[in-house]
Amino acid sequence: MNYNTKSPWILHYDGSSCNGCDIEVLACLTPLYDVERFGVINTGNPRHADILLITGGVNDQNIPVVKQIYEQMAEPKVVVAVGICATSGGIFADCYNMVGGVENVLPVDVYVPGCAARPQAIIDGVVKALAVLDEKQNAMKK
Amino acid sequence: MLAIWIIRIILIVVLTPIVGGLLAGFDRIISARVQGRKGPPLLQPFYDVLKLIKKENIEVNKTYKFYVYASLFFIILTAVIMLMGGDMLLAIFVLTLGAIFFAFGGYASQSPYSIIGAERELLQMMAYEPMVLITAAGLYMVSKSFFISDMISQAVPAIVYLPAVFVGFVYILTFKLRKSPFDLSLGHHAHQELVQGISTEYSGRELAIIEITHWYESIIALAFVYVFFATSNPISHVFAVLACLVVYFFEILVDNSTVRVKWQLALKSAWIVTGVVSVVNLMIVSFFKF
Repeated sequence: MNYNTKSPWILHYDGSSCNGCDIEVLACLTPLYDVERFGVINTGNPRHADILLITGGVNDQNIPVVKQIYEQMAEPKVVVAVGICATSGGIFADCYNMVGGVENVLPVDVYVPGCAARPQAIIDGVVKALAVLDEKQNAMKK
Repeated sequence: MLAIWIIRIILIVVLTPIVGGLLAGFDRIISARVQGRKGPPLLQPFYDVLKLIKKENIEVNKTYKFYVYASLFFIILTAVIMLMGGDMLLAIFVLTLGAIFFAFGGYASQSPYSIIGAERELLQMMAYEPMVLITAAGLYMVSKSFFISDMISQAVPAIVYLPAVFVGFVYILTFKLRKSPFDLSLGHHAHQELVQGISTEYSGRELAIIEITHWYESIIALAFVYVFFATSNPISHVFAVLACLVVYFFEILVDNSTVRVKWQLALKSAWIVTGVVSVVNLMIVSFFKF
């Protein structure tokens, strides 16, 4: 049995987000949604994290940052793109400095659309990410 | 006789982290209830550790992992010495050795965050070590022995003679249990600006070892509390366990109702409390009783 699904530790990175999705991510930790019920801890350290939550689109300046954070995480790891900006660039997709969604830089496993993404949707996205995490763990064993 | 000793040692090595992990689970549930949340399941700390064991092991350099295992070894040794009723001074020195190896691990992993964490760990040790030694000295003055088995077989519990020393020990227990306001070196929950202090560069199995070491440490810290209450009367052991639980609950409440302080205040306040309570209490004990 894999215990990844019982204790997913999340690293939250704010790309060029408007802060709308960020406060919704943090709202998941509040007493109303209380994701710690499912063992979720919001860690600040990529070495400890299992799930990388990225909000906001990726621009030229934060490409190396996002890549570095991803490389510092230990396998198995998954990436969840939260909000429409992270999934496709949203209304900023045509800006001269934007490269669009996170998928252009990292392999994204789960997309959570919405502007801003609601806490329920974010929790649902994380739960879907757990299935992917489980698959990756099983693949690691072989 | 030897077989009984070996069985006891094996039981201590196996059961201590299980009880420590359950305590950590209770801690997280009670912390969540204090904050108006439901909280994780009781076995959550075990799930975390089992997950970490299976994760990938990232190597930062060749040496830094050794210190975590050395730290665990000495902490287990401390637990065995204390719970077998051995020499308290020996236990304290071995405990210090374990903590020093842990700080070495922080230095060896070379990350700026972990070096800050290691320096803060050393500052914490400066803050709490005098009080730990004075606790042992006070218990020696009451029982005329450094052996824990003698200390817990007195007619009168040590707390009667050493109430102020007990208060001082509970004060520095906050350092040992890594709880707010004195969790300077290694925060457990989402302390972003520290990025988890010493454990910054540790991932996978070594992080699980750090967690297990902490379970042993919490039981060792509560064993000190236990010694204050236990006497030759068997019923007193029930009270001693209850006292440990009350003290642990108190520490959880303090953890949830305070924020982290600067190291200057942590060091000064620990030394002031140590100086005042230990000097007054030890003077009174030496003047009136012995």
